[in-house]
Amino acid sequence: MTTSSNLVYLIALPMVSSAILLLLGRIADKWGHLLATLVSASTFAIAAIEFFSMCQRSGDARAVTQDLFTWISVGSFNVHASLLLDQLSICFVLLISGVGTLIHIYSIAYMSHDYDRRRFFAYLNLFVAAMLLLVLGDSYLNLYVGWEGVGLASYLLIGFWNQKPAYAVAAKKAFVANRVGDIGLSLAIMIAFAQFGTVSFAGVAAGVPHASTAALTGLGAMLLLAAAGKSAQFPLQSWLGDAMAGPTPVSALIHAATMVTAGVYLITRSHFVFDASPTAQTMVLIVGGITLLFGALVGTAKDDIKKALAASTMSQIGYMILATGLGPIGYAFAIMHLLTHGFFKAGMFLGAGSVMHGMNDEVNMRRYGAIGKVMPITAVTFGLGYLAIIGVPPFAGFYSKDKIIETAFNTGGTKGILVGGAALLGAAITAFYMTRVIVLTFTGTKRWDDEAHPHESPSLMWIPMVILAFGSVASGFLFNSGHALVNWLAPVVNASGVHSEKEFLPPTTISVMALGVVAVGVAIAITKYRTVPVAAPAGNILTKIVRRDLLQDDFNDRVLVRPGQALTRFFVGMDNSFIDGIVRGVGGVVAVTSTNLRRIQNGYVRSYALVMVVGVLALLTTIWMVTL
Amino acid sequence: MDISNYLYLSAILFTIGAVGVVLRRNAIVVFMCVELMLNAANLAFVTFSRINGDLVGQVASFFTMVVAACEVVVGLAIIVTMYRSRRSASVDDASLLKR
Repeated sequence: MTTSSNLVYLIALPMVSSAILLLLGRIADKWGHLLATLVSASTFAIAAIEFFSMCQRSGDARAVTQDLFTWISVGSFNVHASLLLDQLSICFVLLISGVGTLIHIYSIAYMSHDYDRRRFFAYLNLFVAAMLLLVLGDSYLNLYVGWEGVGLASYLLIGFWNQKPAYAVAAKKAFVANRVGDIGLSLAIMIAFAQFGTVSFAGVAAGVPHASTAALTGLGAMLLLAAAGKSAQFPLQSWLGDAMAGPTPVSALIHAATMVTAGVYLITRSHFVFDASPTAQTMVLIVGGITLLFGALVGTAKDDIKKALAASTMSQIGYMILATGLGPIGYAFAIMHLLTHGFFKAGMFLGAGSVMHGMNDEVNMRRYGAIGKVMPITAVTFGLGYLAIIGVPPFAGFYSKDKIIETAFNTGGTKGILVGGAALLGAAITAFYMTRVIVLTFTGTKRWDDEAHPHESPSLMWIPMVILAFGSVASGFLFNSGHALVNWLAPVVNASGVHSEKEFLPPTTISVMALGVVAVGVAIAITKYRTVPVAAPAGNILTKIVRRDLLQDDFNDRVLVRPGQALTRFFVGMDNSFIDGIVRGVGGVVAVTSTNLRRIQNGYVRSYALVMVVGVLALLTTIWMVTL
Repeated sequence: MDISNYLYLSAILFTIGAVGVVLRRNAIVVFMCVELMLNAANLAFVTFSRINGDLVGQVASFFTMVVAACEVVVGLAIIVTMYRSRRSASVDDASLLKR
């Protein structure tokens, strides 16, 4: 293991910058955004240096650690605040700091008219610090700190415009849904400690072979719950759509590229648990499969461009979770899809933000149309992201998504056909809803009001979009050439020796099938949206259900919220009548007793004397009787 | 004469004193009853001294007399002050400490 003293700066720099911006207040208004962007860029520089020095080493020596201090030391329980940068973390660190820096730059222009821009940048830096801590922690407990930190940053940024009650509610919803997942993570940490006596990744990995299957399944299920909360996976997916209340750069950074992928990171990091527990692995597959179809379906009916992209994010993360459920070979493809998705989805979100910026914050795609003519750069970069997400070769999504579909089919048996079919169906729906977004937004006839004057965004906004578009084009090819990413990650996820599995279908057949269904999806969307009415058509019952997010909120409301409120009311009633009754009863009895006892104190000397005489007599009688 | 008769007398005197303390309202009379009880005790001490043939009881009665003298000084002062402030020497009137 190599040690390095640079890792701490990755976290400390944005943390300090965030504190400075928040503590200085309005003094920092003039230069706050510049400091934040500079700090974010320096984290990327540090990450790049670490990456290059890592490339010069090989195999196990690539991992770098830094021990900061002893955090908890109670008896045999010993947790060090120490950081671990290995082949898996560096992918995330580069993605977070790289995409993060681009989005910082973008936000300078996007938020330039906002009174609270400095606060926004402070939160962004806080997020970067917490997210880097999440991926750099070398134990579940260190990860947990970052995990909660990104939850906080996400909450603060979703509710950034909290003067609008609906936005504040959306932030609260995200926070509560995340709490449910966090319970899973804290339970997982407790199980890990109870079983292995340690919470470090290495310690748990070493203990796994000796643990019982039941414990591992429980641990895996809890980790999956945590991942589902953070990554908006079924059944905790409902918060992501509402999280679009935040400013668009936030949606791009936190709710598309980085934070929501933390669940994929958690599962990949805990691969030893899932590899040892087929039950937990199957649960991961089921959750991923359901979510990828769920998100894709929701995406088909959204008129709000950001919500359509959010549903797409949910679906794409479903792909990643599905891939992590496929065993050792799947992890690398999950991470590959995560990285390519980080590029193209962040790029498309920035594109959506660019369109909104030009359209007076209009988000309804039915009021767009023909924007490609007035915003050519946005249209082209968005289009490249689009080609990447639907998986057209040679764009990024083709390599990553195709690999997932292929691996899914190759798991073999009924399971392989089911998950492979789900992934293939998801690809078709993805093609449909993304084509819908493109058609509604950039082509066709103009449907916007005369007050809107869409114009191309300033260069500070389109440069990051262009860079991300390059990523959408090239990243998949780069990651896949010579199995670069698979080999890179192999030491971390133990993926060696799984290439020679028997193949259900040859890769070319699967690619052709995938492209076929994508073509069908695109064709349906193009024919269906040749003309777009500005008012949404009523639609049949299925359309209505999909528009209501497949009734996820209704379900949560009926099954969780209302019974929860009823239970709360019951407990409040219990508290008021029963608990308070006991307290008041005790008080009342004491009061009545003391009132009665007070009568003895009548103030008459003669009665005191009488009591004394009687008392002495009683005492003497007692003594007399005892001694007799 | 049986020496235990002194003890009976002492008990009777003590009882009279105690009953007086409980029943009488006039502070002076209550006070005199207290003195009667003290003297009944003195009588008992002296009697026991005689019975036992030593001086312990007599010494104790001297102590009692000294205490009684002090008590008279303090007690009478209180009664006089009480009478001055409220024109009454009834112990029942001095019941301000109740409740």
